Amino acid sequence: MSNEPASTQEGMQPPAASPLLQTKAVTKEYPGVRALDAVDFDLRPGEVHVLFGENGAGKSTLISILAGANQPSAGQLFFRGEPIALQSVHDARAYGISAVFQEFSLIPQMTVEENLFLGAEHTRGGFVDRSRIRREALEILGELGFALRPEQRVDRLTRAEQQMVEIAKAFRSDLSVLILDEPTASLTNHETDHLFDLIAQLTKRGVGIVYITHRMAEIRRIGDRITVLRDGRYIDTVDAATTSEDDLVRLMTGRVVGGIFPALDLAEPGASVLEVRNLTTPDETVVDASVNVRAGEIVGMAGLVGSGKSELMQACFGAGPVASGTVMLKGRDVTGNNPRRNIRAGFLYLPADRRNEGLMMMRSVRENVALASLDIAPFSNGIVMDRAGERQMVAALAGRLNLSPPRIERAVDHFSGGNQQKAMLARSLTRHYDLIVFDEPTVGVDVGTRASIYEFIVGLARAGTAIVLISSDLPEILHLTTRAYVFYRGRVQAELQAGDLTEENVLAHFFEREAA
Amino acid sequence: MSGNTATRQSPGGAADFVKRLFVKLGILPFLLVIAVIVFTLMSDNFLTPRNLMNVLRQSVYLMIVSLGQMMALLTGGFDLSVGTILALSSVVGAMAMAAFYAAFPDMAGLAIALGCLAGVAAGVSIGVVNGIGVAFFNVSPFMMTLGMASVGFGIALFLTGGVPVYGMPVAFGDTFGFGMLFGIPAPIYVAAILVLALYAFLYWTPQGRYFYAVGGNLKAASLSGINTTGTLFYTYVLCALFAAIAGMLLTARLDTGEANIGASMPLESIAACVIAGVSLRGGVGRLENVVLGALFIGLVQNGMNLARIESYLQTVVLGALLILAVIADQIRLRYVASLKD
Repeated sequence: MSNEPASTQEGMQPPAASPLLQTKAVTKEYPGVRALDAVDFDLRPGEVHVLFGENGAGKSTLISILAGANQPSAGQLFFRGEPIALQSVHDARAYGISAVFQEFSLIPQMTVEENLFLGAEHTRGGFVDRSRIRREALEILGELGFALRPEQRVDRLTRAEQQMVEIAKAFRSDLSVLILDEPTASLTNHETDHLFDLIAQLTKRGVGIVYITHRMAEIRRIGDRITVLRDGRYIDTVDAATTSEDDLVRLMTGRVVGGIFPALDLAEPGASVLEVRNLTTPDETVVDASVNVRAGEIVGMAGLVGSGKSELMQACFGAGPVASGTVMLKGRDVTGNNPRRNIRAGFLYLPADRRNEGLMMMRSVRENVALASLDIAPFSNGIVMDRAGERQMVAALAGRLNLSPPRIERAVDHFSGGNQQKAMLARSLTRHYDLIVFDEPTVGVDVGTRASIYEFIVGLARAGTAIVLISSDLPEILHLTTRAYVFYRGRVQAELQAGDLTEENVLAHFFEREAA
Repeated sequence: MSGNTATRQSPGGAADFVKRLFVKLGILPFLLVIAVIVFTLMSDNFLTPRNLMNVLRQSVYLMIVSLGQMMALLTGGFDLSVGTILALSSVVGAMAMAAFYAAFPDMAGLAIALGCLAGVAAGVSIGVVNGIGVAFFNVSPFMMTLGMASVGFGIALFLTGGVPVYGMPVAFGDTFGFGMLFGIPAPIYVAAILVLALYAFLYWTPQGRYFYAVGGNLKAASLSGINTTGTLFYTYVLCALFAAIAGMLLTARLDTGEANIGASMPLESIAACVIAGVSLRGGVGRLENVVLGALFIGLVQNGMNLARIESYLQTVVLGALLILAVIADQIRLRYVASLKD
């Protein structure tokens, strides 16, 4: 292995030399969604290559393919110029490709050392060689400078410590490619410094690093090149040293937005519908948040995943606990009411994770649409179901939302992501609501359906419904809301009025900037 | 619609047709046809009206228990204590009935009513405890009902000392055990009433739909304003109610209260449901299929009896059928994915 300092400026790697790891026209399709569309990517030895893009841009899909956890629908992977096929994470390991995902692959009930060597236990005479495992675990942890004891159980560790174990696991074998998915999200500054020192040592040894982060400061500090993905497509690869922050954000979000978003021709907002004062949740995912929403306006809630924007609305709806603060709905105190009472009072929350929280996947569209309104007409007379009334109502809604195919007796599971989303959104039309909260309404939804979902939301607001739009997708906040709150670490960081709703203003509170 | 796609897509039509039928109907119709053919060949007495009525009467107890088991499976759980509930209601019902009858020998009717009430109440109380554990304390249905199976069985044995309970009014057995009306045994009427009542409840009321919703997606149901805790609680109470009624009917048939009846009920009732296409993951299953599933198991047991298959081997066949049904369900899911148009 060469040990010259690796950096693109010095040109130590001739550009023609075969990259360490490369993808050509890699495509990944899920039913109804193309998560990756003919993406070319290459990783040179000794570089830190940052993957940049919004949530759902395809970063995670790409690294899961690079790590062997997922197989591409089309396209080819190359390792040092040779075509390879990775059927499993195990295959990838054989090439020295290791990944640290955000979702940990640790077994909580096992100890640190057992996790480190899981699947590759050293044995002697058929028995686990505990002393060797202990010795090597101590070596790895020492080399990484992580203050962990090998015999600790993983579920007793903090999240940052678990992250360290996950990273240490990647160092177990000979590394050629290390993939890190937002590794610093739960690390302290000190631990982050240490990780970056490690990365520097690795790149000196010629290891290539694929690095996903949202933090500009980190890109500046360790990035060599940046590849930007958007909607599953490759946009550009740029040099980290010469590309400005603003350029990056433009590349990340710069879709042609004109066609997707409907005109926001809303009347002046009416009376206050939702008034939240100083709400704090017991686990402090939301701290001292105050927001208000008025009839006929679309209020955005922006921020990173876990910033408290969803958690706040869930707490208001009664789907999460409230520690202190008050929630007023149309002037009445509804703090701590359960979803059932809130729905009957005209307040609906539609969750972000439709598969796990929104829909009964094996049941029909009809049953899914009707679910929240079976106690009222036309679905029942309160005691006995009105099957015909239900069928007519759902068929009408399916028509209005352009459900495709328009077969309401088919199981939701058999529809595309966009049409599944429509089935869930249709719920908001099954009874009268004064306030509807849409949590990430376009996740995993194709562009065409997105446009009709946006039109649907604006239509509800036109009719006077108060709308809350929770979104991690910046263009949605910019083009679809009349006012937005930006969340950061559980607090309302800013309230932006229509005139101030610009990319720069939102992002100023969205990401951790270099100054922070 | 699916018919003409089938003919268009498949040069090897018959196999594809069978595959589609399998996806649509599940394994049960195939098993029923095979069973009828096999047993008809093995015994001349099998396919006679008299024997089929016999099958129906013998299946009634399992059928009623399976109705309750289906509720538990629909909500994503199961109930392993149905056998115990059967036994406990039998013992308590018989003891109460015998005691009252001994004290007031001229009030047989009242004794029967009170005894049935006591038996059903005893069985339902097990379901109430199950429901509290599962719904309010999030105990897994497996642990909860397994534990209560032991508790209930222990109580039933303790109450009787393991000895059958005698002394019930003769009218009880004569009416509910051996009674006939228009040539049809009385227990069949009871089962028919229960099936119709549960059908109306499940498919004509919002609460019925909520059982499917809770099993289909607990979180989605809760976010849609459904009382998920209450629904889970009712599930186990209802399941116990059905098992307890089956227990009283069986007591009438046996003319004794027994702590040892119902041991095979958990397995057989789950088998009847699973063979009928009720999903172990919750949210899927139809009542009318479960009725057929219970009949199928009764048919197989009857057929094996007529074919003089040893009872120990019958248990082997039943277990194998259950596993076969689960495997068939898995295969079916794979076909569903490949055949979706």
